[in-house]
Parts: sequence; structure tokens; C-alpha cells
Amino acid sequence: MQPTKQNTFEPKIIAFVCTWCTYAGADLAGTSRMQYPSNVRVLKFPCTGRIDPVFILKAFQQGADGVLVSGCHPGDCHYIAGNFHARRRFAVFRKLLEFVGVDLNRLQFSWVSAAEGGKWVEVVTDLTEKVRSMGPMTEFKELAMEEQWSGAINTPELQEAYNSI
Amino acid sequence: MSRIGVFICHCGENISRTVDVERVAAEVGKMPGVSFSTDYKYMCSDPGQNLLKNAIQEQKLTHIVVAACSPRMHEKTFRKAVEAAGLNPYLCEMANIREHCSWVHENKEEATVKATEIVGMMVERVKKNRVLPTITVPVTKRSLVIGGGIAGIQAALDIADCGHEVVLVEREPSIGGHMAQLSETFPTLDCSQCIMTPKMVDVANHPKIKLYTYSEIELVEGYIGNFQVTIKKKARSVDEDRCTGCGVCMTKCPQKKIPNKFDQNIGMRTAIYVPFPQAVPNTPVIDRDNCTWYKTGKCGVCQKVCGPGAVDFEQQDQLVVEPVGAIVVATGFDLYTIDEKPKGSPIKGYGEFGHGKIPDVIDGMTFERLASASGPTGGKILRPSDGKEPKQIVFIQCIGSRAREKGISYCSKVCCMYTAKHTMLYHHKVHDGQAYVFFMDARTPGKSYDEFWRRSIEEEEAVYIRGMVSRLYQKGDKIVVMGSDIAVGVQVEIEADMVVLATAIQPQKGAELLAQKLGISYDKYNFYSEAHAKLRPVECATAGIYLAGACQGPKDIPETVSQASAAAAKVMTLFSKDQLEREPIVARVKESGCVGCFACKKVCAYGAVEEKEIRDRQGNLIKTVAFVNPGVCAGCGTCQATCPSKSVELDGYTDEQVIAMIEAL
Ligand SMILES: Cc1cc2nc3c(=O)[nH]c(=O)nc-3n(C[C@H](O)[C@H](O)[C@H](O)COP(=O)(O)OP(=O)(O)OC[C@H]3O[C@@H](n4cnc5c(N)ncnc54)[C@H](O)[C@@H]3O)c2cc1C
Ligand code: SF4
Ligand code: SF4
Repeated sequence: MQPTKQNTFEPKIIAFVCTWCTYAGADLAGTSRMQYPSNVRVLKFPCTGRIDPVFILKAFQQGADGVLVSGCHPGDCHYIAGNFHARRRFAVFRKLLEFVGVDLNRLQFSWVSAAEGGKWVEVVTDLTEKVRSMGPMTEFKELAMEEQWSGAINTPELQEAYNSI
Repeated sequence: MSRIGVFICHCGENISRTVDVERVAAEVGKMPGVSFSTDYKYMCSDPGQNLLKNAIQEQKLTHIVVAACSPRMHEKTFRKAVEAAGLNPYLCEMANIREHCSWVHENKEEATVKATEIVGMMVERVKKNRVLPTITVPVTKRSLVIGGGIAGIQAALDIADCGHEVVLVEREPSIGGHMAQLSETFPTLDCSQCIMTPKMVDVANHPKIKLYTYSEIELVEGYIGNFQVTIKKKARSVDEDRCTGCGVCMTKCPQKKIPNKFDQNIGMRTAIYVPFPQAVPNTPVIDRDNCTWYKTGKCGVCQKVCGPGAVDFEQQDQLVVEPVGAIVVATGFDLYTIDEKPKGSPIKGYGEFGHGKIPDVIDGMTFERLASASGPTGGKILRPSDGKEPKQIVFIQCIGSRAREKGISYCSKVCCMYTAKHTMLYHHKVHDGQAYVFFMDARTPGKSYDEFWRRSIEEEEAVYIRGMVSRLYQKGDKIVVMGSDIAVGVQVEIEADMVVLATAIQPQKGAELLAQKLGISYDKYNFYSEAHAKLRPVECATAGIYLAGACQGPKDIPETVSQASAAAAKVMTLFSKDQLEREPIVARVKESGCVGCFACKKVCAYGAVEEKEIRDRQGNLIKTVAFVNPGVCAGCGTCQATCPSKSVELDGYTDEQVIAMIEAL
């Protein structure tokens, strides 16, 4: 995504949503001609239960500055309990991200139902604004680069480790 | 090498007004793998679809992306068109540039950039799409109905009347369930026996219904359309084919003082018995625990008097296997037993109300038997202790129900109405008697229900006291009931001759064991869970299994019958086709990677994951892996995100596809 205005930072937001509730809610925002920032890209899944935390890491690594995960409200899952599994999984995952040092403000979870076009607009707008004010997310991109060039990393500890093999 | 075709729709002006469609088509045309890219005014129109079909054939396209409205709108349309042109429909994806782009953004530059990226994302995704064949499952057009109460009877009759065979399994010696025990029924006060027994006889005579009474479900295998059910026929000790139902054995049996469960243990029966005279089938059962022959090896009177020689002391339990395509669960309810605290249950009893200790404190169902013309008192309201007619009677509602501290927080739904009915039946039978009702609220929604309740007060002179009873004790031959009237704010004390407790409706004991055999889910009270509380109220989440009646939650007869007919309609929908066709969006296990941890099995709400043994040629077990039954899988993908070894994959939403999309950004 290119920044549309010169010299202003336009964040890249990736949204992982379920088909039945949030994707439909985003559709409703469209049919109601509501307006929101164009920074978000939506990936559709049958259920939030399908969303692997790895995708979130991958998104950050690919240059996302903010990630949104959204599905049906608790108790309304089209697949009975997929969103409960997702909620549990992401609760643990957030702790992990926090531990690693990722600012959790970049990662948002929400429940948006098929009837909540307005809420979708609100969630997306808020997250975009928040991330815009935080500036670009660099950590994971750098890490990805380092990984690719890991041959170049040569700390004394590493050297010692190599020698001991 | 993929030859991807991309088709950008203008949607009249809906898209082209804010998205520069020509520019998007040109940009996308440069992406690797894309060999054809164009834009068109209305892709979903006939000419639009023809454009798509022709391009597939002329350009030898292998994958398709249609950038237009939401896939929720037209994915089916375009997949059909693609199929008509000879491609697998699952090689076509839609990019949503209307609802998610042109309609929600005004800046044409921004919208065009975004649309290009959305299409680019789908181009990368579609490259990873695989050919998915439609899944078909054969359907055995026979149904199993478990439970022969009014719910099971109604469902069985409806399905059988449509011409399909039904196997009806009832645990007790006779069908009928609780409705057969009732005296008269609200809101019309028609006699329960009069409306119930004809239906029971219809079941017995229906050529399409195979009835197993005194039988239980032993094992359920298979899946929608293809279940194998093992039924245990408990030994009746009477040969059903020989017995004519004359009943002479029962008149001669010396064991005459066995409490009859059907009469709530206030009436007596013999050791060889039918639970009630209108039982279906009318074949007796020997209660081996109470029979002299089984206890001492002597007697055998029934066998001697039985003309057709039906009594068979040697009979054994039998296992029968029935193949069926659908299952209706209609196992009904049980009443909360107040005197004993069920072992290991979080439910606390009501020992303070003296049930089980004071003989004239009875429950609602016992009152039904007293009021029933075919009951042990011939329909007279008489005290179990001394057979006297009670002149002051107290009804207490919500015993167990809505009492979180006792372990049940739900409302049992039928007690307000049946208590109102009881006060009426009492007033009709004991003209000089007085009925009092302690109640928390009167919950009487339903057609003609509130009118019925009001009648019990206005015409039948029941005195309703809003409040709960705090204490109850025996004093001489009276029962002193102490409570508070919170409406007036005074303490009330009534010297009653009899007390009737409206006890909570609970699932059948052992309901969870049957659920485990069936692989269906149940709530914390053990009521069976429907797939969706609002939109799929009669289906279980497990495909091919349906619910009817009070096993799913407290219900009265009209609601039970409606649900039973609805369940039958669902079964008929399933039976309307020879083959069940379904979208191939299902999970698949890569057996080489599966470590057999079965994390997937634990999270699958549909019970789609099975265990499969892998053996070498000598038949030695190598390992046990997960297997997803495509007939059962709903395609949510929860298993995939859970699998630690990444060995289960949801077709249509593979990791490869998702990562390709993320990488495209
Ligand atoms: C005191 C009282 C009075 C009532 N009065 C009225 C009234 O006036 N009007 C009204 O509309 N409603 C009334 N009701 C409610 C009514 O009884 C129920 O709506 C109705 O009986 C529910 O029918 P069912 O078939 O779902 O369950 P049930 O009648 O409980 O039938 C379930 C059947 O399944 C069998 N079964 C259970 N488990 C198994 C198993 N594992 N395998 C095989 N078979 C099994 C049982 O033996 C039983 O035959 C009253 C209820 C009570 C308690
Ligand atoms: S054998 Fe058992 S059932 Fe038969 S008459 Fe004797 S006691 Fe009754
Ligand atoms: S995709 Fe969902 S329904 Fe299918 S096996 Fe996995 S968890 Fe079960």
C-alpha cells in the first residue's frame, strides 16, 4: 500500500474476520454507504476458530502496522463454539506478544455481528487512527530481515556456541 | 503454470464511480500468472457470464478471479458459470471491491489503489486453490426415534405417514411417557388418556413403525445418512409373538403389593405386569427383582395359567442392529426428586419440606394420578396416609426451579399452568375444599393460558399467595405451612391436609450417557443442545440428529408436538434425496504428520473427528491418527488452527492460501 498523501504515514491494517458475522457486518456498512478509512484489507475465514495466531505474526512481518481479528459475538457462533476457542487462543497469544514486547495497541479483537455495520466502521476507524498516531511497526520487519541475513549476525555468544558444537 | 483470468465489474456505476476499473484491470494484467484481464459493465448479467465462459475456453484459463460485489452475493453465480465452462467451481474466487471498497470510500485514487490490492490478494490466493470435488453421501431412508412419549410418538407417526420406516425405541415396557400419566390437560382440560391412547394405538398398528419397548440404545456408529444403531432388547420374560394380552397371568400372580412407578408408587401392581391398562404393546413384563420364581425358584403360576405358553423364564437380553439415516431424540424429562439428594449432583434437595417423610406431601405428578379416572383412587382426591379427602390443600410452585442456590436456575415452564389446572381439578372434585397456592410469579404466556390461570382464581376460588414457604411440619394429622405473603407483607400459616409440590422438570437420569453415545452436546443441566437457539432449534449440531420435546428443555404438550413435527419435517428433508450433496469445504488430515494427539477431536463441536488405526501389512498397529468424516464436518476450521503439528487442513482455507494472501499485501 502506498501512502496516499506525501510524507504522511498511512498505516496498513489487516483484518481477519469470519464470514457469518463480521464479514457480513462489513458488507452491511457498504450497502448502507457508510464511510471509513481505506487502510484496511479484509481476509475472510469461515470462523474465527480457523484463525491461526501465526497469521497475525505473518501479517506484522509482511508490514502490517495494525491487525484486527473479529467474529461473531460470544454465544452467536455459526459453528457453535469456534469463537470461544478463538478467544481462549488469543488471550494466551496476547500474553505472548506482550512478553515479546509488541505494543498490544496494534492488535485488536472485537465482536461485530452481521447487523453491526456501524460498529465495523467504528472499530476500523478507531484502530486506523490509533495506529496512525503510533507510527509504523518496525520490529517484526527488522526481525524478518535479520532472519534472512542471519549468517551476518555474529555475536561472541553465537561464536562460542558454534565452537562448542 | 496457472493462466489466471481476472474480470473487473463496473456494477453499472456502483464500482466504476469511485474505482478506476480500467486502471485496475491494466495493473492486475501485469501480475505474474495473470494471462487475461478485462473489465465489464455487469459481470453477473447473462452477457457478463458468457464473457467469462468464452474467455475460459478461448484463453484456456485455469483459475478465475471476479472482482465485483460481495461473495455472499454472487459467489454461487460465478462458480456455476465457471463450472459450466468446464472448470472446477472452486478454482474461482471473488474479490469484493464494492461493499468493501467503492461503496465505503469517496477518494477515487485511494479506492483504486485499494481495489487493485484486493484483486491482487485474490490472484495470489486463487493460485493455491485446489480442485475440490463435490462430496456426496448416500442416505438410508429409515429413521430411529428414541423415546416413546408424545414427542417420539408424534415424530414417528409423521415420518411413517410419509412412507418411511421408523424404528421407535422406548425404555419402559409401554410407550406413552408422562402424558399417559396426566389426568386432564391445560388449557382445555381434555382428558389426556382420550387424546393420547389413540395415537399410541396408531403407532402399534402402523405398518411402517417397528416398535421396540423395554429396550435401550447400546451403541451408535456412523454419521448422517448412515448410522448403525445397536439396540438392547431387555428380557421381558414373555414372548411377544405368543402373548395375546389376555392378562390372566396378572390376575393370578401372588405378588400383588409392588408399588407401581406409573402411579407414582401410590398404586400397586403384580410382578408380571403392564404399567397401565391401555399400555402399548399390551404385553406384560416380569419384574425379575420382585418375582417369586426368580427369587426362590418356586411359583411359576403365570406360566401355568398362560394359555398360549408365552411366559419364558429363560429369556435373555438381545442385541439387534438397525441401519438408519436419521435419528430423532425424544427422551423427555424426569421430575426433580426432592427428598433425596442425587449422588454427585450439585443439586440440593428440599428435605425441609418433608417430602418422603410426610406421606401427604406429594408432587404434581402424584396429584395427576390421584385426579386421573384410571388412577389408583379412581379419580378421587384422597390422602395417601389415611384415604381421607383433604379439605385444605396447599400447592407450592417453583420447587427446585429458579432456585440458583439449589442448583437449578431455569424456569420449568409448565408448573404455573399445571398448578392452576390442579386447583381447578381439586375444586371440581372437592366442592367444599379450599386451595391455596404459594407462587413467586405466574408465568402464563401462550394461547389461552393467562385466561386459564385467571379462571382458577376468579371462578374456581383458588387463593394465590405471592411468596415462598419457609417451613412446613406435621402437627397431628395436619401439615402446618408457614410462609410469607410479600404482596401484603404478612406472615401466613395454613393448616393443610395435603401439600402438592410443583417440582422442577429435569432431563432424564443418564441423559448425558445417551448424548455421549450419540455424540451430541448438552448443557450444564444435561438438556440436549440444539444447533442454534434461534434458527436451528430442532437440529443437533451433529448432522442427522434432531431433537423433540422436553429432552431439549422444559416444554408443554403443544410445544412438544410442534417440535416433534418440525423434527420429522427435517428428517423428511434429508430423505427427499438419495444422495446428500455438500460443499467440499471440509477438513482433511495429513496422516503422515498426524501425531495422534487428538487436540482436533476435542475442539470439534460436531464430533467430526474420528480415530483411525494405521496398520502395516501384517496387521500390526503403526499408529492411530485423526480422520475427519466429510459427512459430518461443518467446515469451521477450528481443528486446523488447533493442530500442533499442522496436520489437518480445511479445504478452501488452507494455510497456503491464507499466507499467499498476506504475502500479497
Ligand atoms: C405434573 C405435570 C403436569 C403436566 N400437565 C400438562 C398439561 O396439562 N398440559 C400440557 O400441555 N403439558 C403438561 N405437562 C407437560 C408434559 O408432560 C410434557 O410436555 C410432555 O410429557 C413432554 O413429552 P416428551 O415426549 O418430550 O417427554 P416424556 O413424556 O418424558 O417422554 C419421554 C419418553 O422417552 C422415554 N425415554 C427416556 N429416556 C430414554 C432412553 N434413554 N431410551 C429410550 N427411551 C427413553 C421415556 O421412558 C418416556 O417414555 C405436565 C407436566 C407435569 C410434570
Ligand atoms: S412367576 Fe413371578 S410373575 Fe409369574 S406369577 Fe409367579 S411371581 Fe408372578
Ligand atoms: S473443520 Fe470444524 S467441523 Fe470440521 S473437523 Fe475441523 S473442527 Fe470439526
